[in-house]
Amino acid sequence: MHKISDPILTVENMSVEFPTLSGVVTAVRNVSFTVGREKVGIIGESGSGKSTTGRAVMRLQPPQAIVKANRMQFEDVDLLTATEDQMLSVRGRRIAMILQDPKYSLNPVMTVGEQISETVILHEKVSRKEARARTISMLERVKIRDPQRVFDLYPHEVSGGMGQRIMISMMLIASPSLIIADEPTSALDVTVRQQVLSILDELVVERNIGLIFVSHDLNLVRSFCDRVIIMYAGRIVETIAAADLDNAQHPYTRGLLNALPSLDHPRDRLEVLRRDPKWLEN
Amino acid sequence: MSMITVEHLAVSYGSGDTLSRVVQDVSFEVARGEAFGLVGESGCGKSTVLGALAGRNKQWTGSIVIDGETIGQKRSKSQLAKQQMVFQDPFGSIHPRHTIGRTLLEPLEIHGKDRRQERVEKALSDVGLPQNFRYRFPHQLSGGQRQRVAIARALILEPSILLLDEPTSALDVSIQAEILNLLKDLRERETLTYILVSHDLAVVAHLCDRVAVMQDGGFVEIADKRQLTEDKVTHPYTRTLVDGSRGYVHHNLRADADHALSSLEQPPVRLTS
Repeated sequence: MHKISDPILTVENMSVEFPTLSGVVTAVRNVSFTVGREKVGIIGESGSGKSTTGRAVMRLQPPQAIVKANRMQFEDVDLLTATEDQMLSVRGRRIAMILQDPKYSLNPVMTVGEQISETVILHEKVSRKEARARTISMLERVKIRDPQRVFDLYPHEVSGGMGQRIMISMMLIASPSLIIADEPTSALDVTVRQQVLSILDELVVERNIGLIFVSHDLNLVRSFCDRVIIMYAGRIVETIAAADLDNAQHPYTRGLLNALPSLDHPRDRLEVLRRDPKWLEN
Repeated sequence: MSMITVEHLAVSYGSGDTLSRVVQDVSFEVARGEAFGLVGESGCGKSTVLGALAGRNKQWTGSIVIDGETIGQKRSKSQLAKQQMVFQDPFGSIHPRHTIGRTLLEPLEIHGKDRRQERVEKALSDVGLPQNFRYRFPHQLSGGQRQRVAIARALILEPSILLLDEPTSALDVSIQAEILNLLKDLRERETLTYILVSHDLAVVAHLCDRVAVMQDGGFVEIADKRQLTEDKVTHPYTRTLVDGSRGYVHHNLRADADHALSSLEQPPVRLTS
């Protein structure tokens, strides 16, 4: 079997730039990281470039954006030079993405079953009948009761938690080796969140694949992921094992941890993050 | 002396066949200067309780006594000014084409207050915003600054109660800390009474002395801060929320999912005091 240390994805010195009327905005600046068969969290505030990083890996950035890197290697595919045709066989089949809110990311005019089957029909050229059978067993895998009935429902007829489980089954049905989950549980309630996470956890561990978990929730990433990448203003300020997060060195990471109200460490006043211009220098 | 006394409050929406009772019989008391929290999942009725207290929802039964006055379905302006709301999303709750100054003046005009300029200046400095922000539009402000404006607008009528509906859930962690500190300072300085609605137990426990946990329109438990921080809550649903605020809990997955489902299906215990 593969070892954890085999990287699935290697990114070296990646920058994402957006040309605007008032000059070039650099959303992501010189980030380097690798993802193996593990759960890697990317944490940051809004605008820190965490989602842009995730999208750039899938080459899903808006057309005007410019992605530069020394190297972007996903298994045997060079993401920098791959043609759009090659990318079509990578997206969905080998790298899959789970988005934040199932209400907006599922197609409202297709039944959920058709949407899930579409992935297998497109990528594996199987018959509709077989696709239906695969879809139903996948729905069972994500603990949906009565999958026969759910297959024919439209997205507005399912709850948020069920929608997100449908999304997970859609992303995992083609057995990708890397999943990028962009705030997959932010739109869900606490109890539902636990269920969705445990299903995701189980599938990632069982299939021995890589997961990039983009989130702004420190507690969640700390408890769910193996490694955490902390981003600030488009840069990676620190990469640390999730278990060592309490011993984080960078003042930004420390600031974020102290700004968080916590049941375990109640304090009278929360520490306010003081931003240091030095953090913007590499 | 208690500032807010609510007894057997039930709130519904719609009428006839579409009538749905969203809040079923809740009772609680909030002392003067206390911060009281309401937590629960979406749809449990926590915002609806606030709506009834604020006078936004008139379809309620039971009794509400605010500052010694029994409140009816119709309220006078001075009764309405007594409690003010702060909403979740500062991007949606401030008029995009009014300057901040005009936004702050509006409640003063409605309530016919005098010394308007002075009051606007005071409200801005109370929430730590510079005076020249009066001439800005909401899109020129960051999310945290906009939430400060929303708090200033609520404070400008000198209410004794602030009703806070998820005031920090649209904000980043670092900005959330600033707003929570501001709310804490304001409460001490002006002896305000707070009712804070949130789905984040850690936020509620940080600001509030007592927390009511809501499920399906009823209270399952009223816990004080100590119980929460020392992990001495009794109801399994509160337990789930406490665990949830700590992040993801690794354990036996199948058992976990079954447990979560069974605790969701358990009927809430009604608390009547």
